[in-house]
Amino acid sequence: MGIFESNTPKGPLAEKWTNHKNAIDLVNPANKRNIDVIVVGTGLAGGSAAATLAELGYNVKTFCYQDSPRRAHSIAAQGGINAAKNYQGDGDSIYRLFYDTVKGGDYRSRESNVYRLAQVSGNIIDQCVAQGVPFAREYGGLLDNRSFGGVLVSRTFYAKGQTGQQLLLGAYSAMNRQINRGKIKAYNRHEMLDIVKVDGKARGIIARNLVTGELERHSAHAVVVASGGYGNVFFLSTNAMGSNVTASWKIHKKGAYFANPCFTQIHPTCIPVSGDHQSKLTLMSESLRNDGRIWVPKKKEDAEAIRAGKKKPTELSEEERDYYLERRYPAFGNLVPRDVASRAAKERCDAGFGVNKTGEAVYLDFSSAIMRYGKEAATTQKIDNPSDARIKQLGKQVVEAKYGNLFQMYEKIVDQNPYETPMMIYPAVHYTMGGVWVDYNLQTTIPGCYAIGEANFSDHGANRLGASALMQGLADGYFVLPYTIGDYLSNDIRTGAIPTDSAEFDAAETEVRERLEKLVNNKGTKSVDHFHKILGKIMWNKVGMARNATGLKEAITEIKELREEFWKEVKVPGNTMEMNAELEKAGRVADFLELGELFAKDALHREESCGGHFREEYQTEEGEAMRDDENFMYVAAWEYTGNPADAILHKEDLDYENIQVKTRSYK
Amino acid sequence: MNLTLKIWRQKNADTKGKVVTYQVSDISEDMSFLEMMDVLNEQLIDKGDEPVAFDHDCREGICGSCSLQINGEPHGPDRGVATCQLHMRKFKDGDTITIEPFRAKAFPLIKDLVVDRSSFDRIQQAGGYVSVNTSGNTIDANSIPVDKESADMSFYAATCIGCGACVAACKNASAMLFTSAKVSQFALLPQGEVEADRRVLQMVEQMDKEGFGNCTNTGACEIECPKGISLENIARMNREYLKASVK
Repeated sequence: MGIFESNTPKGPLAEKWTNHKNAIDLVNPANKRNIDVIVVGTGLAGGSAAATLAELGYNVKTFCYQDSPRRAHSIAAQGGINAAKNYQGDGDSIYRLFYDTVKGGDYRSRESNVYRLAQVSGNIIDQCVAQGVPFAREYGGLLDNRSFGGVLVSRTFYAKGQTGQQLLLGAYSAMNRQINRGKIKAYNRHEMLDIVKVDGKARGIIARNLVTGELERHSAHAVVVASGGYGNVFFLSTNAMGSNVTASWKIHKKGAYFANPCFTQIHPTCIPVSGDHQSKLTLMSESLRNDGRIWVPKKKEDAEAIRAGKKKPTELSEEERDYYLERRYPAFGNLVPRDVASRAAKERCDAGFGVNKTGEAVYLDFSSAIMRYGKEAATTQKIDNPSDARIKQLGKQVVEAKYGNLFQMYEKIVDQNPYETPMMIYPAVHYTMGGVWVDYNLQTTIPGCYAIGEANFSDHGANRLGASALMQGLADGYFVLPYTIGDYLSNDIRTGAIPTDSAEFDAAETEVRERLEKLVNNKGTKSVDHFHKILGKIMWNKVGMARNATGLKEAITEIKELREEFWKEVKVPGNTMEMNAELEKAGRVADFLELGELFAKDALHREESCGGHFREEYQTEEGEAMRDDENFMYVAAWEYTGNPADAILHKEDLDYENIQVKTRSYK
Repeated sequence: MNLTLKIWRQKNADTKGKVVTYQVSDISEDMSFLEMMDVLNEQLIDKGDEPVAFDHDCREGICGSCSLQINGEPHGPDRGVATCQLHMRKFKDGDTITIEPFRAKAFPLIKDLVVDRSSFDRIQQAGGYVSVNTSGNTIDANSIPVDKESADMSFYAATCIGCGACVAACKNASAMLFTSAKVSQFALLPQGEVEADRRVLQMVEQMDKEGFGNCTNTGACEIECPKGISLENIARMNREYLKASVK
């Protein structure tokens, strides 16, 4: 068996996972006690994997750069988590969730993985409820659902606008239970800076203690990378400040293929950039598109007057507004998938209809929803002939109950009251569908090294549907990896503890140390952020929402030059043996400067438009994406050979046996 | 706007710290407080000085990393927000702003404005969970109905971000609001009720062991809490504790 095999089990789609679980090797409970597993990252994927592996009996070590596992960026996910429970009786099923996900991903994901994801989705909800996750409920005491983009059923479970927080705290509590039992040792404020391979297998990591600066050696029989996505290559994104590609990139450089780096999600509903000082962008949950209507003025004069502050959006009549999503996509309207909604917003703003001072914003308006809910409430409360003001007041209460925390967040940041005037939103980098290539078992091309959650590439194809990231993270961590990793570890029951005083550990530690010292001794003239911001601008302008061959070629050259300048001119104060935030950032930005180039190279090679990857050369007359299934229906997995420019392309062809490949239409 | 910043600087836990004064200029009112700190740090790096260390990550008020004591108040003068969502429009040109770390015996200082809040983790490890396996072999999620009011109250308690503002606000450096929020979340749900007694006893014991002070009902924690966690949770925890102790 080669290392670049998808290892998808044979047999009918619906039976693959069950058959596979029955066929793979297991490790008996007594032997699990002799096996160590390292988990890097403690978000939904890493946290749930660590808890489950520990519960099974493995000795687990977790690593996170934050001061507590609970702060991993999964915590910021707002809207919800999908599951094919069909509690609403609206025709949902495992197949439909599978179908929506493959279609939403524009036919660039692996069928067998997605089906498995849909199969275990229901279990996730059972599990989380049993753990005490306080999901939203109806008055009857049963769980409530809402709708998300790209689907025609209500299958999203939620906890107000804090679903990610509640699910992560659930996984964290499961971890805590194992920490209390001594089965997990949590290394917080630690950052993995390299993987250690012995005889070709992943056998440990080099981690830096971010408080003391010391380098530590940790060995294990398997290493699981659950360190999230790489959206911060754009500098501005909805990711946390510390979110980074380092763990994924280090394993890439040591042999793990990196798949589809150009598949990045630009989320349509974020708070627009307010100025050059901006350090990050804030998402407004997609759930708002359930009730909010997106529009710009129909007439350019109105848009100009609004930008100049001479007109207010509320002064425009219905006829003067262009609800462009409802106009272009009548079937899905404001609930089209994210990539479609983002491009449509950019199209309107590029055409001169933007509504804030930068011209890069559209409206998300709740006035219709407030009136609709207000009337509903008046009816149920038996209020006869309510005045408009009373209806509005009742409607506001309903909207507040649904989205209160999001509205409050918007008001704090923008200083405008979204109950009275429409929100302004604009697309921003949010999630990366690409990532470390893994097979059906979630194993990378390094034996014994696994990648789960956003860090891998497998389930979302070229575009992820809303509320599916939480589902995938928990599916990988609770229900998939704990099974599949046993198949590999069953060969290690007699190996014994892996020593850390080997030549391999020496070499890896020396390499890490030299790089850190190079950074602090460089004594250049420009700060890390200076380079990160320039990289972000190149990525956003040339490798962002719309890409073309000329721009991509320029980006490749510019990123390479910027990387060279970085290593000559970067200035990192302080030293390596102390808490040093600039040094941490420098290491991460150095990796982004390599990844960015591979990202652009991948985007250049993929001569088609699909999902989040939009090449201006490949579009219909109406501006819709033109996919090329004949030539590009494959996963592009890149092998590192010393320079991002020289990466070798490996193709995993995608076969769709259970789904008819069609042009994606939401019209 | 132009501002004077008085910031606590301390190289590490073993060295003595002091307040150092800095000037920043051209601060826009649309900046967040931490973006203003970024401006200061860029300025310091430019001059060859060490930037100020502070914890931060998501910058959208949910991860609970940021932790500054601003003009004597945890997370500064605004209500219902963490420091990362505090905006400079809350300040005026010419203001002097004092910035200190969260101070408590159970939050030892690491560097400058960074403190060690792992005591919170240990309180959770002592029992802040439901003892179910994560195997997925549980009952269907809808098999136990939960009345909406309890589910909502449990949710509100669970929105605690674990930042430690309650401790920093309290004259006794008590962690009652934090601990009671977790106790309440589980006690209010049928899934958590099963082991509620053991949980409250163990978590309170750990809280005391960490060196947090007692609650004297001043309510400062509730006012400063960026998530508006209610004092009712403390009352509930006291009831749960009493109930469990006499069994």
